[in-house]
Amino acid sequence: MCDQTFLANVFGSCDKCFKQRALRPVFKKSQQLSYCSTCAEIMATEALHENETLASLKSEAESLKGKLEEERAKLHDVELHQVAERVEALGQFVMKTRRTLKGHGNKVLCMDWCKDKRRIVSSSQDGKVIVWDSFTTNKEHAVTMPCTWVMACAYAPSGCAIACGGLDNKCSVYPLTFDKNENMAAKKKSVAMHTNYLSACSFTNSDMQILTASGDGTCALWDVESGQLLQSFHGHGADVLCLDLAPSETGNTFVSGGCDKKAMVWDMRSGQCVQAFETHESDINSVRYYPSGDAFASGSDDATCRLYDLRADREVAIYSKESIIFGASSVDFSLSGRLLFAGYNDYTINVWDVLKGSRVSILFGHENRVSTLRVSPDGTAFCSGSWDHTLRPQEELVAWRGSECPINAGILPQIRQLRISL
Amino acid sequence: MSGSSSVAAMKKVVQQLQLEAGLNCVKVSQTAADLKQFCLQNAQHDPLLTGASSSTNPFRPQKV
Repeated sequence: MCDQTFLANVFGSCDKCFKQRALRPVFKKSQQLSYCSTCAEIMATEALHENETLASLKSEAESLKGKLEEERAKLHDVELHQVAERVEALGQFVMKTRRTLKGHGNKVLCMDWCKDKRRIVSSSQDGKVIVWDSFTTNKEHAVTMPCTWVMACAYAPSGCAIACGGLDNKCSVYPLTFDKNENMAAKKKSVAMHTNYLSACSFTNSDMQILTASGDGTCALWDVESGQLLQSFHGHGADVLCLDLAPSETGNTFVSGGCDKKAMVWDMRSGQCVQAFETHESDINSVRYYPSGDAFASGSDDATCRLYDLRADREVAIYSKESIIFGASSVDFSLSGRLLFAGYNDYTINVWDVLKGSRVSILFGHENRVSTLRVSPDGTAFCSGSWDHTLRPQEELVAWRGSECPINAGILPQIRQLRISL
Repeated sequence: MSGSSSVAAMKKVVQQLQLEAGLNCVKVSQTAADLKQFCLQNAQHDPLLTGASSSTNPFRPQKV
């Protein structure tokens, strides 16, 4: 018995030119088509051209990258801490926990201050979103979201609404009402729709627009009233974890950080990425603009925080220590930009001298990882939220100038935390 | 097989790089000096840096 394999000659209409010819199978984007021999050859040469174009584009990209690095290197004539050498050192800092806000039944994931400098909105893993009066620790509003892991929450500039979202892939806006008869959840408005979890949200200068960041790798700008998508921002290669809007004086830009280790600065009107920075070695969990708007800080799972200067277009400082091995989840600046507060997954908060690059204080007080941290709008206090279910507003008690205090800021201070829980 | 889409993607990368190359950048010595200046100018107004006095501190312990 003999086994013979032979090519079955199909005769029919070519899928490309439709002429009646002898056809052969051809694969285009994993779809099988039947082309005549002429069209099959044309397709083969087209593929060849595409490869040439791809190769030339790749080499152009490489040479542009090389040029950019050269130009940037020329501008890097000095380090930030060198410029700050003659600046007076900060002394030891003692910070007191002034309040502990207890009430979340589960991990606190996000918080935001109201512009009135006393109210705080916070969200947690169990779906609860609570608005607190941080002076009295009273809970003023509470709503339960239909989803768990509410990873993002924000206070509207007017103080009359809050926005939140998480695993529901949406960002919803709740108007705040003091009418006891009104059900807050009934007035909920769904504004943003993403195709993956919502990681961050922020109102722009008004209650009318919201900026969102999502696990789907994009950021988007939405009109609150109509729910319409105004602009989308594509460019991150992975989940976007955080965003921050530039201080209003510096114009319409915002910065975002993601799991692709990149921090990107965007033009809100055009949707274009104007600058990108890729020096972190792991996910960027938090980004925050420097108060002047000329720089921004980032906190990452690589256990470092970094400062990027937007005008020099490069990283100008790294805040790290060999002893710090856990990721930084959240960062914020003090009012003058001199201090950088960073919450870490090892339950601590490190306070860095932005100019000198050294750590000035380490705060203990949480019993689980610090997930969120924000300085109040007037700079008198900062609040940290943690997986230990609490929020702790703290403010500074005493600053000891370098000459009075013999303790070097570099040595780990043994500060006993005074927790005034009400 | 997906040649056209990777060509399009590469074109975007090249465009982005050209955009970044066109930025007017400033030397670090200048920008760092500006950052330092901003810090020093605003240091007195920074309550977390200077320490808010007890009387103006809205978070002072409440008298029970």
